[in-house]
Amino acid sequence: MSAQTPASGAQAFEFSTEDDIVAVPLRRPWRWVSAILVLLLLSWFIVTVATNPNLDFAAVGEFLFDPRILSGVGLTILITVVSMVVSTLLAVVIAAMRLSSNPVLSSVSWFYVWAFRGTPQLVQIVLWGYLGLLFDKLRLGIPLTDIEFWSIDTNTLITPLVAGLLALTLNQAAYSSEIVRAGMMSVDEGQREAAFSLGMSPIYTFRRVLLPQAMRVIIPPMGNELISMLKNTSLLSVIAVMELYTQAQVISSSNLKQVELLIVVSAWYLFLTSVLSVPQYYLERRFGRGTTRNLPPTPFQRIKAALNSRKPGPEPAPATTVTTVIGE
Amino acid sequence: MTVNESTQSAAHAGAEQPSRFDPNALVQIRRVRKSFGAHQVLRDISLSVPAGSVTVLLGPSGSGKSTLLRCINHLETIDGGRIIVDGDLIGYRRVGNKNHEMTPRQIAKQRENIGMVFQKFNLFPHMTALENVMEAPVGVAKRSKAESKQRALDLLARVGLADFAGHYPAQLSGGQQQRVAIARALAMDPKLMLFDEPTSALDPELVGDVLDVMRELANEGMTMIVVTHEIGFARGVADQVVFMDDGLVVESGPPSEVLDNPQRQRTRNFLESVK
Repeated sequence: MSAQTPASGAQAFEFSTEDDIVAVPLRRPWRWVSAILVLLLLSWFIVTVATNPNLDFAAVGEFLFDPRILSGVGLTILITVVSMVVSTLLAVVIAAMRLSSNPVLSSVSWFYVWAFRGTPQLVQIVLWGYLGLLFDKLRLGIPLTDIEFWSIDTNTLITPLVAGLLALTLNQAAYSSEIVRAGMMSVDEGQREAAFSLGMSPIYTFRRVLLPQAMRVIIPPMGNELISMLKNTSLLSVIAVMELYTQAQVISSSNLKQVELLIVVSAWYLFLTSVLSVPQYYLERRFGRGTTRNLPPTPFQRIKAALNSRKPGPEPAPATTVTTVIGE
Repeated sequence: MTVNESTQSAAHAGAEQPSRFDPNALVQIRRVRKSFGAHQVLRDISLSVPAGSVTVLLGPSGSGKSTLLRCINHLETIDGGRIIVDGDLIGYRRVGNKNHEMTPRQIAKQRENIGMVFQKFNLFPHMTALENVMEAPVGVAKRSKAESKQRALDLLARVGLADFAGHYPAQLSGGQQQRVAIARALAMDPKLMLFDEPTSALDPELVGDVLDVMRELANEGMTMIVVTHEIGFARGVADQVVFMDDGLVVESGPPSEVLDNPQRQRTRNFLESVK
């Protein structure tokens, strides 16, 4: 900015030379008032809970790493991983069926989603737990004949754990298939045409062109589903699968410290869901490449950059008298 | 296709359209018909494109020119007639007196010889410019990565984008994206290039760069079929201009005839409207 404004005749205001003016932002006193009010309410709540004589905080610490709780945590993680992996594979198949031009495949897929999404998950879990009432034996043979290769008592094969895995997987597959379908439909039709015009086969096109683009749309809701799945494993307590919540219930039914154990359980669920959000962040970045012009740095890159900026920079170059211009 | 069969069709088509028949042409389109539901998009199209020549398809929107272009690499099926590119019947196998559609894999093999450039570029957004150009040579033609990369860089340099190899499509202007798309199609060494309104989605000041690349390609002897509204390009580069309306070829010939001395009223009306 030059100190001299051009003298433009009629536009000459009396303060036209004073161009170094400070702009004062609007004062917002209510921000302070509302912040203090919320902090007061929060501290009142914390003090009330912390000073409650009926809460035994020592018990929380004692049971946080109890072997039974830890085994429950292990089983919860196992159920989450298995159900999520199998249901995702199943979801891709169901979505492909739904998108196929074969009317039988697409109707069956529609019916599957309708049935599993339309009934409560809790009901489905209990239903799978009672599978033995429906079929006393499970047989491997030729349907509608007496030929049988192998058979097993239902209650031997379908333990509560297997029933729980089945219930969570089949239910999740219905939801995930809709996410996968939405992802596939989000890819522009021109992408398929461009791939075909280059001589790519339908399978190659799906793998290299369509799926990577669909993943960008699929991953955020699937991250949500993964977190839901982790928490929904607690529903399996109704069929006595010894996961985290069931273990806590068993312990509290003997020592009557229900609230303390619920705090333990909540702490574990919070920890696990927090851990699960990390891979999601990196997956989103991986599949989001090309969509934003410049990807923001990751938290680790930010920390590294911040540490680097604290270090003193390199010594300035020594003074020199050489004045050769490069390229001359 | 056998020589025998193409000479047969020669006699047939030659009788009704003597000026357009060329049994040695790289692309031979014979009596092609195509409907979408009840709407007949292509009524009876016959056309020859000799190797090394440039054909421009002109016509009002809905005249069927884009559909015809998409039929040439079987992005659309046809209801009748035949399309032959470099001796291959496109998309179908002859069984008796009927043509049976090929499997997707067989069609993919045929498409390797036919490059296509789209109005909306259709670059793969999750790949850089270089990866876009390399993908088909490496993944489809199974060429070595190093060789394909060198060739891709050469092609990008040829379309004036040597410095943009590492950019994603979202980081490129429309004109740059379209030139990457041309390089991507050329990377498969096609015998024929199809251009479907390559400049229609571009800002006016970016059209020139894309047309320059196409002009250069034509000078190097590439066989090209171009759907465009750029009359100037047609006049300067085309060997043959085909004016289509309502699923029929109304008029065709060298630009000096079709553009400067049109015989039909419909052609004159159209040229008047795009002037």
